[in-house]
Amino acid sequence: MSSLGFVSVSVDYGRRRALAPFTTTVHSGEWLGLIGPNGAGKSSLLRAVVGLVESRGDVLVDGSPLTLRTRRRRAELIAYVPQLPVIPDDMTGFEYVLLGRSPYVGYFGSESRHDKAMAANVLERLELTQFAARRLGQLSGGERQRLVIARALAQEAPILLLDEPTSSLDIGHQQQALELVARLRREHGLTVVSAMHDLTLAGQYSDRLVLLHEGQRVASGPAADVLQAETLAEFYGVRVTVHHEPDGTVVVIPRRGLEF
Amino acid sequence: MISEPQAVTTRGEGLETAAVGTGASPDERPDRQRSRMSDAPWMAVGIAAVVVALLAGVVVGPAGPTWWRTALELLDRLPLISIDSGISDAQWNIVWQIRAPRAVLGGLVGATLSIAGAGYQGVFRNPLVDPYLLGAAAGAGLGATLVFSVFREVTAGWVIDPAPAMAFLVALLTVFVTYVVGGAFGGQRTGVTLVLAGVAVTSFVTAVQTFILQRNVEVVREVYNWILGRLSTAQWGDVRLVTPYVVVSAVVLLLHRRHLDLLRVGEDEAATLGAPVARVRLVVVIAATLGTAAVVSVSGLIGFIGIIIPHFVRLVAGAGHRRVLPLSLMFGAAFLILADIPGRVLTDPAETPIGVVTAFIGAPFFVVVLRARARS
Repeated sequence: MSSLGFVSVSVDYGRRRALAPFTTTVHSGEWLGLIGPNGAGKSSLLRAVVGLVESRGDVLVDGSPLTLRTRRRRAELIAYVPQLPVIPDDMTGFEYVLLGRSPYVGYFGSESRHDKAMAANVLERLELTQFAARRLGQLSGGERQRLVIARALAQEAPILLLDEPTSSLDIGHQQQALELVARLRREHGLTVVSAMHDLTLAGQYSDRLVLLHEGQRVASGPAADVLQAETLAEFYGVRVTVHHEPDGTVVVIPRRGLEF
Repeated sequence: MISEPQAVTTRGEGLETAAVGTGASPDERPDRQRSRMSDAPWMAVGIAAVVVALLAGVVVGPAGPTWWRTALELLDRLPLISIDSGISDAQWNIVWQIRAPRAVLGGLVGATLSIAGAGYQGVFRNPLVDPYLLGAAAGAGLGATLVFSVFREVTAGWVIDPAPAMAFLVALLTVFVTYVVGGAFGGQRTGVTLVLAGVAVTSFVTAVQTFILQRNVEVVREVYNWILGRLSTAQWGDVRLVTPYVVVSAVVLLLHRRHLDLLRVGEDEAATLGAPVARVRLVVVIAATLGTAAVVSVSGLIGFIGIIIPHFVRLVAGAGHRRVLPLSLMFGAAFLILADIPGRVLTDPAETPIGVVTAFIGAPFFVVVLRARARS
């Protein structure tokens, strides 16, 4: 259970500003959804948290700056699922998930009995045990994606960052993967920040959405507030109809032609 | 050698199927048993390969006693065994002072080039990288060229043999320059910038060497003989010279096998998993370069082995570095000792350079392994 705070976090690539100073707090157990067109700064924000891009400002975990912690300690606090994970074809599912235990292994050490049990346990809980001995190259995209999430969970970090976790999956596997994260968030009180392209799914799973556009935050709040036809038209340049279901689900439907 | 590893692979696959089958009862943790059970036989195969190769290297040779007398003599020298092999002291000298150091040095060179190749390939995540990539070979060649040409008089009075010493130093210097240049490609030093820097520095150093050779044509033959590999003149002194570097290099690389496995998911993801990526890369590159430079300085350039052996190991035993590194070390040693044998027997007394033999035997062998693998 940890909160994730952003205090004026900004990212520049050379002279190009990818993310203007961004401030918010993701509370313990909250799911924050980042949306916005390509190049809006969603990935930059996530990559700034895990130190893959240089950033200014402070990222706080439970109020204390991440920069004060060692790299390994950071990996114990924050698990990151990249947009395009590198999949070593000839690694087995078990070996891959076991990599998630790396933050807990000393420099010259090797994984303990506990680490191996932990990895096996994650595979079991996610019903992935049948892939433990299979090579990743033999698995489908959906199976790999679940193993990537399994690796992140083996990290036992209270904060989970997901960069387009479902972009390569069909609709069934998208739902499956997100339901999995939602369930684990409930069970373990995980704090989740996800960047997503599918607006309906983003609204369904997040407690709060932040819409980024050219590095600026242009809207934030509950799905019903952020996912409005005019707002989306302005920043995505799309024609959509927004439909509100009785249960509160906000459905974003793209439209053809000039009827808008 | 072909049939043994295949037998083990089949057994490994059998276990895999078994593991999938028992997947329903997770308490048995099938994958853990699998990894524990299948490592030991591989190490045994590796050790056996080295022992067999060493014996062959010591027993076979153009001059000296027949092979079976040498074998008897070796048995005789084991404790508690006494056999009259009928070998004279002079003959034993051929075995012990000529064949043995040559076999041992070949083993050290093969082991080091293979494990260094595996290390470089792991750290750059590119299976086509060889241990000479960052300029170790070009630097060693330049160092030797300098000794044979412009520095001949200067180095004449040196206590140690100047050619290996200079080859070693210039090789290290060249890789150091590559490392510095690789960091100057606009900020971040990554695997790609290092490889590119290696290409640039290697061409530059080779150009300098060619320029010097062009102006000192009389030493061309001497330099090329040196470069093409000289296991034939191996002495125990050479073995003593390289052993410290070889041991340090191999131990450091083996200690980083888990980090190299972590790097298989890329530098970014490894970093988010807590790996000190830059430090691992630096340490692995230093260790691999130190070993490569040391063996190149006593044996000349022996190509091919640093790529082919790690590849062979990955094909037959899997790509995890916990296996690739130790097995490359052992199979590399065995391969080079064995590859050295036809060279000295077939064209005796004019010997074929070892680099030619490794490619001549290794290339078809590798194709066979590739095809066998593709069929299964």
